Parts: sequence; C-alpha cells; structure tokens
Amino acid sequence: MLTNVLIAGVGGQGIILLSDVLGNAAIRSGYGVRGSETHGMAQRGGSVVAHIRIGDARSPLIPRGRADYLVALEPLEALRYLDYMAEHCISVVNSTPIPPASTHGRVAGYPSVEAILEELSGYAEVFPVDALALAKRAGSVLTANVVMLGALSALKGFPIKQKVLEESIAARVPPKTINMNLTAFKLGRKAVKG
Amino acid sequence: MAKFNIAVNEPGMRVFLLGNLAIARGALEAGVRVAAAYPGTPSSEILEAIASAAPELGIHAEWSTNEKVALEVAIGASYAGVRAMAMMKHVGVNVALDALATLAYTGVNAGLVLVSADDPGMHSSQNEQDNRLLARFAKVPCIEPYDAQSAKEYTKHAFKLSEKFQTPVMLRTTTRVSHAKGDVTLGELPEYKKQKAHFTKDARRYVCVPAHSRALHPVLNKKLAQLEEYASKSELNLMHLEGERGIIVAGVARNYVREAIERLDAEVSLLELGFTFPLPRKLIERFLSSVNEVLVVEELEPFIEEQIKAICGDVAVRGKDLLPREGEFTPELVEEAIAQFLEVEYSPPPRRKVKIELPPRPPVLCPGCSHRALFYALKKITRRKIYTGDIGCYTLGALEPLKAMDTCLCMGSGLSQAQGFYHAGVSEDMVAIIGDSTFLHAGLPALLNAAYNRADILVIILDNRTTAMTGHQPHPGVGVTATGSETKAVDFAAVAKALGADYVAKVRPNNFEETVHVLEEAFSRRGLRVIIAEEPCALLGRKLGLWKTPPEVVKERCEGYLCSACRACLRIGCPAVGWKDGKARIIEELCTGCGLCIAVCPNDAIVEVEQC
Repeated sequence: MLTNVLIAGVGGQGIILLSDVLGNAAIRSGYGVRGSETHGMAQRGGSVVAHIRIGDARSPLIPRGRADYLVALEPLEALRYLDYMAEHCISVVNSTPIPPASTHGRVAGYPSVEAILEELSGYAEVFPVDALALAKRAGSVLTANVVMLGALSALKGFPIKQKVLEESIAARVPPKTINMNLTAFKLGRKAVKG
Repeated sequence: MAKFNIAVNEPGMRVFLLGNLAIARGALEAGVRVAAAYPGTPSSEILEAIASAAPELGIHAEWSTNEKVALEVAIGASYAGVRAMAMMKHVGVNVALDALATLAYTGVNAGLVLVSADDPGMHSSQNEQDNRLLARFAKVPCIEPYDAQSAKEYTKHAFKLSEKFQTPVMLRTTTRVSHAKGDVTLGELPEYKKQKAHFTKDARRYVCVPAHSRALHPVLNKKLAQLEEYASKSELNLMHLEGERGIIVAGVARNYVREAIERLDAEVSLLELGFTFPLPRKLIERFLSSVNEVLVVEELEPFIEEQIKAICGDVAVRGKDLLPREGEFTPELVEEAIAQFLEVEYSPPPRRKVKIELPPRPPVLCPGCSHRALFYALKKITRRKIYTGDIGCYTLGALEPLKAMDTCLCMGSGLSQAQGFYHAGVSEDMVAIIGDSTFLHAGLPALLNAAYNRADILVIILDNRTTAMTGHQPHPGVGVTATGSETKAVDFAAVAKALGADYVAKVRPNNFEETVHVLEEAFSRRGLRVIIAEEPCALLGRKLGLWKTPPEVVKERCEGYLCSACRACLRIGCPAVGWKDGKARIIEELCTGCGLCIAVCPNDAIVEVEQC
C-alpha cells in the first residue's frame, strides 16, 4: 500500500502541523510513513510544500506524476504542482486566496479563483472548500489547515480512519484548542461529504 | 504545543520524526553530555531538541556565538572525557574549519561528532558546497545517513567510531535527510548519571606546535589507512550483487535508487555506501570485480566517482555524465538516469504547462518586520549609497521594491567589505547592514578592524532580539540561553563604543520619522558610525503582545492610481498592504499594526483606528 499526499500552501499556514498529524496517524494505523517539508528562509511568506507518503515508501519526496491527493491551502499554490498529480488525483482546495505581495497594485494581479479551479479540474477531481469561513465557524481562522485535513480525510479511498486522525489532532494541537480543532476537522469532512 | 518529548524512555516506540530530531534522539541514546551549535538551516532543530531535554538529563546544550566556538567547546568536552557534539550547516563548517583541520592531528578522547547539514539546491543557503570534501581535507571520517531512522542509528554509530579510532567523525546530512520525516523506532536511553570529566595532560598530543604536529601527522595518516580498512567491513555499507551492471550510491539518493530499481523492475548490482570517507576501498574493489559498468549516484560533487575512477581498471564508471553536479536530486531525475544507464524503457511523467500566468511567491519580509521600516528610511535619504549586506532575514531587503542591499557573501562579510569599498575610494557613502546574531557571530572583529584602520563607514546593526531566520534562537544579546535560563545580555551600544566607534546611536525603526532623522544625522557625520536599530521581530511581537489594531484606509483621501508619491504604501512591499478597486487596502488578517504605511502615505489616507 502506498498513498502519496502533497500539501501546498504559503509559509505560516500550518502545513507542518498537518504533516505531523498525518504522520502520527499513519503510525497509529500501523503504516510506514515518510515525508519532507520546507523550513528556513523559504518559509517567510513564500510558497511551501509538504510531501507525505503513507505505506511502503522509501523516498521522502513524491515522484512527479504520483500524488494521489493534493491538498491546497491556497488556490494559486495548487497550480504549481500539476506535474505531481497522478491521473486519478483528487484535490481539496481552500478557495480563499492569499495574493502574493508581487501582485499588489499590478494589472496582471491574482488570477480569478474560478479560473484556477477550472484549470485544476482538467487534471483532478476538485473539491473547493471555504476553509476560512468554516474555520471562523469552528472558532478561529487559525484552524483553516485542520478544516482542510478534515476535507482530505473524507475523500474517496483515503486510507486513515477518521477516529485515528482525530486522536492525532488531539495529541498535537495545544490542549486548550482541541475541541475547536476537532470541530474544524468535522466541518471540513462535512464540506466534502455533504 | 504538545510536541514529541525527545527524552521519553520507551524503547521500541515508533514515532514520526524529523531527520534532525532523529539525530538529536540518537545523540541522547549515545549519552551525549555537551552539545554546542550555531543556528543554520537545515541544522537548527538538532540543538533545539537536545536543549529541550538538557536540564532533565543533565546535558550542557548551548547556542554558541559561532560554529568555530561551538566545535571548540565540543573539543574541550571531548578532551575532558565526555561525549560531545557540534552541529552546523555546511557553510558553518567553513567557520569551524580552522579548528577542524588540526583536530584530527590531536584526535579525541570521548566521542566527538560534528554534524554538517549540507543544502543541495540551496533552499536556504548562499552556496551548495559538498562537505565530504572538507572531511577529506581535514582527514576526518565521514558517514552519511539517508533517512530518519538511519539518522538516529548513524549518530550513535558515529560516537562509537569516534571512540574506537580516537578521531572526530563528521555526520553529513543534507536538507532531504535533516528536513525529511519518517517513522523511527526508539532505542534505550542510557542512565544519565553524573559522568566524571577527566583530562590527562599530554603536551605532545594536545599542544600543536610544529615539533609535536610533525610527529602527529604520520600517526594520523596511519589512522586513516586503518579507517579505510575498517570502512570495508562497516555495517553502514550494503552490497547486493545481481547482474553485470552496478550502481554505487550514497545519501538520500539511496531511497531514490531503491524505488527506481523497483519501478523499472531492473536487474542490477547495488552498493549503498554509508561510509563515504575514507571510502571502503576493498569493498568497492570487490563490487567492481563483479560488474563491467557502474553508475555512481551522488548529489553535488563527483566525490565517490573520482576516487573510484582511480581504482576501477577496466570497469566503465559513469556518474556526472548522466546526473547533474548542481542542485538536489529528485526521484524522477534518478530514475531517468538509471533507465538510461541500464538501457531500459522509461517514459518520464508528463510535464504540464499551466495556462494561467502564475505570479511568483518568493519569501518576503513579514508584515510588520522592522527591517522594512529601516530599509525604507534609508531609501528616503537621497545620498548615493552602497549597501554591503549580510546573512539573515534582512537579506530579503535586496528584493523589489526595497532593493537596499548590494552585496551578500557570508556571515559578517558586509561589515568588512564596506571597509574595502571605502579604502578603494568609492564616492558613495558606505552602509554596512548586519543582523544582531550575525554581528555577534562574525561582525565583532570586522568592526574592530574598521576602527583600527580608520574606515569611514556607517554600520547598521539590526537588533530584532533573536536569530529570526533560523526559527528564533536566542543569542548573547538576548539574555536567555538555549535551555531558556537567564544569562548576561551584551549591550550592543557599549560594545560598539568599546571597539572604537566614533558615533553610536539607537533607533526604533517602527518610529519611522525619528529613524529618518537619526539616519540623516549619522550621514552628516564622518568616521566610524554605528546605529543600532532595535525592534523585536514581528513574529516575536505577536507573542509579546506588541501587535496593534490594523489601520484603516480613508477612501476619500486615498488618490489610488493618481497618487503623486507613486503609491508610496505599495513601495514598502508589505504583504499586508493590498490594492482593491484602484485604492489601497489593508489586509487585516496579515497586518500587525506596525504603522509604517501610515507614516509613508503622503495624503494621510491611512489612519490608526481609535482603540476602544
């Protein structure tokens, strides 16, 4: 068994937390797990990506064309990884853009979210999620990453059980925020499952 | 935050660990007693993790002022008979090289491990040097883990190797080992009782004067020959013979090769090297005798390839003709090279062209970063200037739209370069910009040099009260140690005065007008001038409760595209100042309320919100 999850976003959105939760949940489920993430200079508001490989992997990086799932915490960032998506790739995309400073005040600014989602759906089954609104409903905009994790967990064929993910979230987030994060997770699941 | 407790004593427990944390855990399982490091990506998490367990286990863990100091602290501890470790990024080893290059002569007592975290692809570095070359240069054995579990095991192994041969050992990782994660099975922690330090004086060994070193050098060369013998028997190397073509591989690429062979379903002999200096010559000769062609898969320099070419006889050796010498490898790059080497069919995954034009998203100075205010204040002063810069977050000031950095080479070099520009006779004002931690790392001798040799330059020390770029490690200016205990804090102004500065001033960059005023004053004077720009890092400011309510844009006053100051608020390059419907817009979820946009708007269109 091998499931490759690529998580794309912007430095500061909480990608490392998602990678921790997925990795621990994989171990709790009895799977092997490998991954890779961005630290250091590249984090300062720049594009960041995490690779998570659940099952029988050796490489910490997903080879091009082999990502089974793409989680985009920001719409534009999803488009940077088209080469990684497998034919059968399923993607959950946070529909709230974070325009890079380079687009501020420029005529050729941030592309429309509709256009981004349309292009993406040429390569994957796409589920847009209003993670910001759901995170606010859960109690804090900072839980948007966990909303997206919930959405990922509800996708077809995702190998880790909801309960195990919830335990891993509870073990990783600050104790005071456990309930809020679990609410965020459930709202994310519901956004995909309906 | 509930993170993994590195000192948990549960052998057999499986945990998901960052490679660097696995190294830290390996050091604890090996009973390390003194750990010293200077922060640098991709190495920083190792010492942080050890420090988190240090008080509990009775380990001394410290952020040293630079890598040379860190290594020397570790050397002292090892001489004194306790296991020691020094950690640094690849270019940090250059700083420590003075000590390292002679250390192999004296050898060590208790195990001493130097972790060199290399950065192929330069995710966060100024070059991508291959430190296996430095291990060879310094005559220090080098072993290379390839994933999180091996990072832990190799660390333990390195201590044993170090003690067996009384030599320092370089544990060389790369970004994709240090910052890769994997499931790691924990081993047992030793009993951390008070271990006694003891030093037996032996001048002929520890005092490296010519007469002593002349005697030590042949001993060292003999030791290297023994290490080469030993390497061929080392359990860190794995050999698998199958077919007439072979692959020799080291480092993280071991994973890429294994997966590629599986996917290509190829028959090929494989030699995986964990011991890369000295190379296991006998083992390699045995491997070569069973194949007629070999491909060497190694990132960066053809370190193994060139040495093998010297002993390969009739066997054809390939490597850098199929794989790049620059950047980091990817699984598909390795797979393609192997397919070519084995002449098997391979169709690379398709490249897809994005139809929408993707705006780039490079790293930027954070919203509310005081470096932005300081750089912008410098831009307001109309004199012709050359900015010699340095290593840190503030290097991002070189980018659009601030463009207030003209050179950046290595730690501390901007401060000395400014002096060279001045002595060369440039007509511009020289401004050297250096961060607090970088100044303490390598700026002190350079500042003293400026005073001693009468350089007429302006030095700006950006004191954001932390080592920000690498993840907020404390430094000697902060008053806190690596383990969080209180300590002395150096006074930058007093240091500058003591080293001979003619003029010393302090500013708060977020107090924009005052900053411009002090800079004007400094530029009006001559001599060695030092300005200390002190403002806590905006990311720390959040924890310290320094963030203010975001300002508002008064739509009627904002002239938008008509603005005579060319949209001054966008010229500061703040991610939190956006643009909507032809007017400025504050992006509230990013804004820290630093007030720089308020200060730069010529029409007073951005205003503070009354706080209720």
